[in-house]
Amino acid sequence: MKQFQYVHPSTQQSVLDAINKPGTKIIAGGTNLVDLMKRGVTAPDKLVDINRLPLKGITATKTGLHIGALALNSVVSEDNLVVEKQPLLSMALKSGASPQLRNMATVGGNMMQRTRCTYFYDITMPCNKREPGSGCGALEGFNRMHAIFGASPQCIAVHPSDMCVGLAALDAVVVIAGRKGERRIPFTGFHRLAEDHPETDNHLAKDELIIGVEIPDNNFAKHSYYLKVRDRQSYAFALVSVAAALDIDNGTIRQARLAMGGVAHKPWRLFDAEKALIGKPVSEESFKQAAQIAMQGAKAYQYNAFKLKLAPASITEALKHASGLV
Amino acid sequence: MTSKNSCIEPENEGNLTDATRRDFLKQSTLLTAIALTPAPLVKAAENGWDEKIADVYEKVPVNIEVNGVKHQLSVEPRATLLDLLREQLDLTGTKKGCDYGQCGACTVHVDGHRVNSCLTLGVMVNGKKITTIEGLAKGDQLHPMQESFLKHDGFQCGYCTPGQIMSAVACIREGHANSATEIREYMSGNICRCGAYPNIISAIQEVKEGGQEV
Repeated sequence: MKQFQYVHPSTQQSVLDAINKPGTKIIAGGTNLVDLMKRGVTAPDKLVDINRLPLKGITATKTGLHIGALALNSVVSEDNLVVEKQPLLSMALKSGASPQLRNMATVGGNMMQRTRCTYFYDITMPCNKREPGSGCGALEGFNRMHAIFGASPQCIAVHPSDMCVGLAALDAVVVIAGRKGERRIPFTGFHRLAEDHPETDNHLAKDELIIGVEIPDNNFAKHSYYLKVRDRQSYAFALVSVAAALDIDNGTIRQARLAMGGVAHKPWRLFDAEKALIGKPVSEESFKQAAQIAMQGAKAYQYNAFKLKLAPASITEALKHASGLV
Repeated sequence: MTSKNSCIEPENEGNLTDATRRDFLKQSTLLTAIALTPAPLVKAAENGWDEKIADVYEKVPVNIEVNGVKHQLSVEPRATLLDLLREQLDLTGTKKGCDYGQCGACTVHVDGHRVNSCLTLGVMVNGKKITTIEGLAKGDQLHPMQESFLKHDGFQCGYCTPGQIMSAVACIREGHANSATEIREYMSGNICRCGAYPNIISAIQEVKEGGQEV
């Protein structure tokens, strides 16, 4: 690993001052960043450790839950407020990584983690995300794990997070601090598609800091489910994952939230399928129709065509679990 | 060719004397060293700054307590907790498996919580209490989990065992050892390539059901 400078400021202002310089990166849990630094995928001159900032809290507000950016994945997943009000987030978090990693990884860091595309990780291979203009190794390569929605000819990598899929489904809002003050953006607008700039994963500016996420109160707690399909039963990234949340009144769906992981460069919210579910009875038929709508525009590559069947089957299955059909 | 040992000598450097070749090697080694030196150090050297300024970039004081013993260390920011334990403190019980957070062989407890020490920077555990496999036994008396791993044959080659045991102790302390299924899920961060999983689960279940303090 390349040598670097290390600072650990105690105030938000000093963090914001420190990160506004080229070659600087924030470190929180380090579970992804240290990994990337060891492999030479990234080589910052300076690390700004933000763990002294008071951003670990999980609090109920008048309109929902506020979760600090430094709250640990393990803590959030077992927090009473989260389990009671937003069980979908708890389920998504528990399906990610391992207990050791969840003890280190933070909410903000989880959002900032990079793709696990093997061509991004292997510095001897071309990758437009790692080295813009070098090409995409996955496009014609072993692309079994890759995107089926919204991919660009320059990058077909997927976002690896489970937590983010849950937060995208739950209409979360990202709270960001910058030198000009705070701003809030919808979670679904935080990450971006690769398009012509696969090197940029999200809309956080270089001189900004994630300070928390807010999840508005909802009526989904009774009917939520996170389904993760992977190569082994635990401790693996998703081939496909589905976050499903339903508000059911007397057997009829009032509201629905659906998002998928492992299928796009960002957590993939299924707005059209959600609309199609409103007013429908809780039945396998309704769910299959929604899944069909969700798959419109999907496109497979050489080795990931199985996702075109796996994804709709997973959506149906997740909805069956969420609604209590199984 | 001036040298008889010319098998690795480039053809177009035929008129180099031994002396000039040595100089060339020295210079090129120095240039390589500079190229590999972090930017702040090069800048410090270029500006003729006192080397002590450059040192600030290199090592950071870290005070930690490992298995009840306090240590005052000077640590490079890039050194992981795993390397610090093994190389600086000679605590080689904690194993380096994959070194990328994928196998769990490096699992230790930081302030009572299990983490992958290979992905933890040493500078980031300043002021914290670390427990490694060496810190579980009380003198000659093994920890109940160590006893149970022996009894149930919870290993073959033994390389993953320190990480498995640290994780197993944490698994019970966290309250995640209430069934074989739950243990499997909460031990999934520790890979055993010998495949001792059924015995590891039996070992953990016995400690859990025995109600001993872990």
